[in-house]
Amino acid sequence: MTSKDSNIGLRQYLDSGGQLVQPLPSHINHRTQLIALYQTLVITRLFDEAAVNLQRTGQLGTYAQSRGQEAIGCAIGKAMLADDVFIPYYRDIATQIQRGVLLEEILLYWGGDERGSCFSQQKHDFPLCVPIATQFCHAIGVAFALKQRKKNNVAVVTGGDGATSKGDFYEALNIAGAMSLPCLFVINNNQWAISVPVQQQTAAKTIAHKAYAAGVAACQIDGNDPIAMLIGVKQALKQIRHDGKPFFIEAVSYRICNHTTADDATRYMQQKALQEAEQKEPLIRYKKFLRQYQDWNDEDDSELYQACQLTVDQAIEHYKNTKPQADGDFFDYMYQDLPADLAQQKQQFLDDLNRHE
Amino acid sequence: MNELTMIEAINQALNNQMRANDQLFILGEDVGANGGVFRATDGLQNEFGMQRVFDTPLAESAIVGMAIGMASQGLTPVAEIQFMGFIYPAIDQILNHAARLRNRTRGRLSCPLVIRAPFGGGIHAPEHHSESTESIFAHIPGLRVVIPSSPARAYGLLVAAIQDPDPVIFLEPKRIYRDGKQAIEDDGSALPLDSCFLLREGIDISLISWGAMIKETLEAATLLAKKGIDVEVIDVATIKPLDINSIIDSVKKTGRCIIAHEAAKTCGLGAEISALLAEKSITALLAPIQRVTGYDTVMPMFKNEQHYMPSSQRIIQAAIHAMEYR
Repeated sequence: MTSKDSNIGLRQYLDSGGQLVQPLPSHINHRTQLIALYQTLVITRLFDEAAVNLQRTGQLGTYAQSRGQEAIGCAIGKAMLADDVFIPYYRDIATQIQRGVLLEEILLYWGGDERGSCFSQQKHDFPLCVPIATQFCHAIGVAFALKQRKKNNVAVVTGGDGATSKGDFYEALNIAGAMSLPCLFVINNNQWAISVPVQQQTAAKTIAHKAYAAGVAACQIDGNDPIAMLIGVKQALKQIRHDGKPFFIEAVSYRICNHTTADDATRYMQQKALQEAEQKEPLIRYKKFLRQYQDWNDEDDSELYQACQLTVDQAIEHYKNTKPQADGDFFDYMYQDLPADLAQQKQQFLDDLNRHE
Repeated sequence: MNELTMIEAINQALNNQMRANDQLFILGEDVGANGGVFRATDGLQNEFGMQRVFDTPLAESAIVGMAIGMASQGLTPVAEIQFMGFIYPAIDQILNHAARLRNRTRGRLSCPLVIRAPFGGGIHAPEHHSESTESIFAHIPGLRVVIPSSPARAYGLLVAAIQDPDPVIFLEPKRIYRDGKQAIEDDGSALPLDSCFLLREGIDISLISWGAMIKETLEAATLLAKKGIDVEVIDVATIKPLDINSIIDSVKKTGRCIIAHEAAKTCGLGAEISALLAEKSITALLAPIQRVTGYDTVMPMFKNEQHYMPSSQRIIQAAIHAMEYR
């Protein structure tokens, strides 16, 4: 895509009915590979539903759902290499799962426990980022470090459409372009910044157009199409490894859920729009595709769902059985070595605790 | 050993640490070919190359955010914010991320970075170039906030800041950047980041200060000595975490305390030191603690800045008041 091209076409392999609109490339047409991609979508969906249930029953804090946006995160997770670095925003559990973050760790995080971001299996990825768009700036720093390492790794950063209104987004994108940093920006355009629709957020023709001003190559992909997303992210990563320049993907999806469990989308989202979006969501679409092209049947489907549900249930058990943090643990990670004044405050805290017990 | 000004000592410390650590990178606005608007990074790009000393686009939040990303992956970034008045776009990154990354990941990732910024008044600079808002950062858990007051302490404290495993805000009192020279051994020796410096011993009054205001504080001490008042001077240097024990020890000895700072009075660091002294050693006090500070006004433009900044005369007046207090 060149900067002369002001009409960004939406890249797609599967239409909303699961029909191929162009032939699959040879590197992504194996049955096991296609089913493995489905498995990532299913486990993300089942985990998401379980997390909402835990929140509703008082066993989890406020939780940001990812329903309807699984294809974006799963594709990123599948396409990245282990030594690439992922810098997520807060709606990115799909990628986290693929990056080796344990389901119980994700639950710990949303259950109000910092240990959920001390990933046992994933050493260098960033934790979920709550302050909007700040993560883009971290990503260019990570990309700079990866460039120094000279092993052709890429920093992959995500954000929502809302984040593209913020200064940090433009600052990071501009520097990534100016300094030629190996950074992939993926924007999950789920059409809503909590209650404000994307049409009210910008006069830009697409979110992808915002990359042009920074001289960063960009494309727009159907974010509900798992195959288009996987191929698109893989291509982008390959290109970045080849030319060392940043790339920008606008993944177009729809948030078919509340912003978080503390939100009520019926206050601002039209029922009709929601119903239309639900017809296009990635899991239904992908299942139709597997049925038609891979002889996938209901029995296969229910087996896969059962296996995924078992994994989720086990994680919930682990989460519920996790021992609480040691008393005063929250003092211990402010600095590498606890300063004297803070050590005094910790001691005071422990003394008070013992006195009241 | 070379005789160096503070700005030269800062340059020397950066050079020394760049030689010692090939993962150290300097980033900021005009730090490359220009060597920084005050010349703190003069010659470094020539010596270490454009990869290790690089000019960023004009974007403070991204400078700090980028440094966080670099630090998280094992590099040692030293970022310059050209003036403290322009650090505020980066506050989100400093407070929400630099100060918290170690804790939020329970030590999995950390943020060993230094953010250098010139601060304070007295050089007839344009609007927004003269403020002292160090206590904003001193309020934030997870940061170290370090302020040198001489060339030698600038060298040793900056080496320490670069070697520290946690984020350090290193505020440079630009009024004394070129105010006198000191002999400095370029041996990479670090000074401690957890203690005050006792600059002058005395038994009558403890004068507590930091940064450029140490100049007025020492002047006042000399003049007070002529009046027979024996003053102890403490340079706090690392204002966060605060070494209150050294200050308490001094006040227990003298029974009188004056805190001098350029920053506005309300919620300035003087308030914290006063509160801690009241909590921990009120019975040692022979006179009320006094704060000699900037006023709770906007820092005036330079026609009036000398009226805003505490003078040695104001410190002397406060000292006499403390001595006469019954």
